[in-house]
Amino acid sequence: MEDDAPVIYGLEFQARALTAQTAETDAIRFLVGTQSLKFDNQIHIIDFDDENNIINKNVLLHRAGEILHIGASPADKAVLTTCYHKTSDSRVVSCAAVWRMPSDWETGSHESPDDSAHNPQTLELLCHLDDSAHSNVACVLWEPMGDGKRVISLADNHALLWDLQESSTQATVSSSATLEGKGQLKFTSGKWSPHHSCSQLATANDTAIRGWDLRTMRQIYCIENAHGQLVRDLDFNPNRQYYLSSCGDDCKVKFWDVRNVQEPVKTLEEHSHWVWSVRYNHSHDQLVLTASSDSRLILSNMVSISSEPFGHLVDDEELSEGEDNHQEEKGKEPLQDSVVSTYEEHEDSVYAAEWSSADPWLFASLSYDGRLVINRVPRALKYRILL
Amino acid sequence: MDGEADGLAAGSESEDSGRKRRVHGMLKLYYGMDEEGKAAEMAKSLDPCDINGPHFDHEVFLNKLRRECSLAELMDQETCMVKQIRSLDSDMQTLVYENYNKFISATDTIRKMKNDFKKMEDEMDGLSANMAAITEFSACISGTLQDQHAQITKLSGVHTLLRKLQFLFELPARLNKCLELQAYAQAVRSHRRARCVLQQYSHLPSFKGIQDDCHAIMDTLAQELRQKFRDGGSSAKDLSECVELLLQLDEPAEELCDKFLSHARSRLESDLQGLEAEIRPYPTASAVIDAPARKPASPAAAGSPTDNAPKASAIPSPACNTDILEFIDRGCNEFVSSLCLVITSYQELFINHAQKGELASKNIPQMASGKLNAFVDDLAARYFSLVEQRIQEEKGVGDNSLLVRALDRFHRRLQAVTKLLPGSAVPNQGTEIVMRAAKERVKQYLSALQSFYMDSLTDVRQALAAPRLSVASAAAAAAAGGGALLGGPASGRDAPTGLPELLSSLSASILNQIKSVLASVHLFTAKDIAFSNKPYFKGEFCSQGVRESLVVSFIKFVCQSSRQFCDSAGDKGGSTPPALLLLLSRLCLDYETSTISYILTLTDEQFLVQHHSPVTPVTTLCAEAREAAQKLLNHYVKVQGLIISQMLRKSVETRDWVNTIEPRNVRAVMKRVVEDTTSIDVQVGLLYEEGVRKAHSSDSSKRTFSVYSNSRQQARYAASYTPSAPMDTNLLSNIHKLFSERIDIFSSVEFNKVSVITGIIKISLKTFLECVRLRTFGRFGLQQIQVDCHYLQMYLWRFVSDENLVHFLLDEIVGSSAHRCLDPAPMEQSVIEVICERG
Repeated sequence: MEDDAPVIYGLEFQARALTAQTAETDAIRFLVGTQSLKFDNQIHIIDFDDENNIINKNVLLHRAGEILHIGASPADKAVLTTCYHKTSDSRVVSCAAVWRMPSDWETGSHESPDDSAHNPQTLELLCHLDDSAHSNVACVLWEPMGDGKRVISLADNHALLWDLQESSTQATVSSSATLEGKGQLKFTSGKWSPHHSCSQLATANDTAIRGWDLRTMRQIYCIENAHGQLVRDLDFNPNRQYYLSSCGDDCKVKFWDVRNVQEPVKTLEEHSHWVWSVRYNHSHDQLVLTASSDSRLILSNMVSISSEPFGHLVDDEELSEGEDNHQEEKGKEPLQDSVVSTYEEHEDSVYAAEWSSADPWLFASLSYDGRLVINRVPRALKYRILL
Repeated sequence: MDGEADGLAAGSESEDSGRKRRVHGMLKLYYGMDEEGKAAEMAKSLDPCDINGPHFDHEVFLNKLRRECSLAELMDQETCMVKQIRSLDSDMQTLVYENYNKFISATDTIRKMKNDFKKMEDEMDGLSANMAAITEFSACISGTLQDQHAQITKLSGVHTLLRKLQFLFELPARLNKCLELQAYAQAVRSHRRARCVLQQYSHLPSFKGIQDDCHAIMDTLAQELRQKFRDGGSSAKDLSECVELLLQLDEPAEELCDKFLSHARSRLESDLQGLEAEIRPYPTASAVIDAPARKPASPAAAGSPTDNAPKASAIPSPACNTDILEFIDRGCNEFVSSLCLVITSYQELFINHAQKGELASKNIPQMASGKLNAFVDDLAARYFSLVEQRIQEEKGVGDNSLLVRALDRFHRRLQAVTKLLPGSAVPNQGTEIVMRAAKERVKQYLSALQSFYMDSLTDVRQALAAPRLSVASAAAAAAAGGGALLGGPASGRDAPTGLPELLSSLSASILNQIKSVLASVHLFTAKDIAFSNKPYFKGEFCSQGVRESLVVSFIKFVCQSSRQFCDSAGDKGGSTPPALLLLLSRLCLDYETSTISYILTLTDEQFLVQHHSPVTPVTTLCAEAREAAQKLLNHYVKVQGLIISQMLRKSVETRDWVNTIEPRNVRAVMKRVVEDTTSIDVQVGLLYEEGVRKAHSSDSSKRTFSVYSNSRQQARYAASYTPSAPMDTNLLSNIHKLFSERIDIFSSVEFNKVSVITGIIKISLKTFLECVRLRTFGRFGLQQIQVDCHYLQMYLWRFVSDENLVHFLLDEIVGSSAHRCLDPAPMEQSVIEVICERG
């Protein structure tokens, strides 16, 4: 059984922002935000037809500025947030806003796919997520598995919790937390924990990782010097509530148990330059995807610290169904932590990688030169995990 | 035959020789040598031309001469022959004279002898006459004395008998007197002499009385002896005498054995207590008081007064413990020697004696030796435990010879016990103690080496930190004053030293330390040390002990600690100074190339290691060292790269690139980058070789670069100006990337300068690139980047192995910033050059 070849899609512009359309669980769909100073920026909606290995794209205009970060609402397919650079009066300001896609974007593309580039539709602005006091938004996080009413934006050294009201057209700050300390502290990235009824947030600034309780907006833990250099990205293990992964400019990917922050549980050192993104697979948390500016994407199989360290646990009932199955389980040797595969389709730094929300075996990665690559988990591994 | 030949001689020269030959021949004839001689000669030379041969034929000879020689030669031959003949003549004359003289002296001697013999004959006659007279007298005397002699013999027999009887009658009184004087030995001797006689004649009442008296006296004597034995105050010699006497008095041997041993035990134990007191003389104040109090109780045990003195002085001063040699000495002198004494006297008394005497039949020797073995084993076990305690206290590694000598003495003295008790386990246990001590010692040396290594690293660290000069000036100082510094290693520690000096002094001091440790350990196997010929010290100690657990472990420790520098520094923000990393990396590399094999060869040679068990091969250690060196160097690159990266990142992140002014200068940070790179280059150059770089293309000069760069950049900007074709930019850079190799930024470097610097520059420029991509630039921002990149290009290409790498990365930076530029209007190349040249 050979693995399918990767599917490559090239954007016209450089791009950094990539997300899966979280609310969409049927179609494999990714959103890419472009980064261009001279032209109108776009949001590419990439549909992947798994059976035919074909990509369908739709383009929406995002005239506000170049997109640094993009986030899709977990509740409403059509709603998304972006962080973007707005250039005015020879000043560059980072802003954030909530947008709605026009309702008929899909129909337009089907009729004349070639025209879409020439006559794209525009995103509809729902509300801005910034005020004069808090500019320089680094990223916007949706409440995971929420109803699409709460977002957090990280601006400079503030974490702001917004309530979206009236179909997301109005946003008010319900609470905020401020990072205090010496010098100009600035959040670089963050992640909203899906555990503890979504009451925890993890943020990164410089080399430290901090955890926050959203009910009190107080810091609950802090991993000083989590990485030797800047921490670039974080992700929570979707199945183990205390486990967190991080990556940074020291080329390392670290896995933490936030109950004991002295030492990482595990460290990976596979990349040869800064690691920009780390993502757990949503359902099989042993699969970890990392993207780096060495132009590589690495899929690792971290069995020893996953929620299923001994592979898929078979129920007793299932066991009784057939002896062969049982024999097979016995014969299987325990899996080791390992690099599953290294993807080298990119020619430039890979800044983002995301798992599909619809197909747990499929992921996309985006490099700076605008190349989006869609890959699958190798079949052998997939069957090994499933069986 | 000869004569005949001579007679026919015609030539005048042959006449002389012929005469001589005749004389010769006649002499021969006279002495009867002729026949045999001829036979030999015949075999020797049948040549008629040999003038000295017996078959010489003058005719043949002359004919031959005439035929073969010229006239001149004939003349020469003739003169030569005449000369020879003359010399032969004179020789013969001398011979004749000599023989004549001898004849005359012989005649004289014979005549003299004749006279002397005549005189001797007369004297002999006189002698025989005298002898006859003497014989006559002697016969006369013996005849006269015959009667008296028989009488005297009889009288003397009676006298002896009377003496004996007197002895018997006097015996009770004598015994009593002996008892009074405590001359027990004499008493017993007397009694023994009389006992048989008394026994024999006990049917006579008078003798019976004497016997009874004697018995009574001997009983009291035995009583007294037993009392003395029991008191136990007497010395070993007294005691053994006592036992001997008691044995002679038919005391039960087993009981005596027990008593003897228990007595000996009490004395030996007081020895042991003395030793014990010395081991931990000062745990509490009470012990200090206790020890002298105990001492006078056993004055006999204290040994000679000289031994006593140091002990007494040692007790009140808790600071100075007695050293191990003194301790062992004391143990040997007191315990072992008295043990030997006990064994000897015991064996003498109970075993050897018994075997001779009537006691042998009662299985006494077996019983006695069984008891003795148990006794010796028990006491020796206690002694050994004390010795072991003392050895364990010997922690300092300063002077090994003391310990070795102590152990040697310990071992040697136990050999005495071996000789006395061949079957005993004591010597083996002793050897085991020595082995354990040696093993322990090796362990201590390992830890001492390790701590020495760590200390010297600390010293190096301080030396690196103390003069916080820039490395370039340190290097200059090293180049200028290196010789002087090398001359004085003591001052080298405080003075600002260059890296090579530090490296060489570090490795030299480590090597010296290893050597001195090896020398110390070598003492264990020295020829004059008795235990060195035990199989353990010949085999396992050398291979497993010294080679594996000392040398190999140390080398592994060095590698491991080096690796730890990489790990810990990575997490805690680079606490290790980069120069130290570089130094250690070079050290490990040196180890890999030569030092390890040198050390191991040295060890193998010194210890003549015969590898019975598998040992760590040199290659494994070398691989480990190389790995450590690689890791350190990689880490060095990473750390240095990080330092430069941080500067670049700060400079990019903190500036407002949109609203910057028109560039007039290269930014200071770029100069700093070039400066730092240069100093790193110098620093690495001090320790590593240049390395190979790709041949510089002819356009590696600044001028041609600018053309290259210019043309490429112009093409790029031109592309990005065209709004209708936004794809082109990406296409162009993609095509470029397609053909250039993928650059691994944090990759392994090789062990040379160029590779190291290339690594650092790669890391720095890649950081620059990534930072630039996160910013937005105004027109002048882009131009500033252009200027900066050109400046970097001017200076950095010479450091790297492949200048295209720098080209490519700088290109990428300028390209990216052009992309991120709101108003991309590149600066004229000529202006850039002017600015850069202005510096």
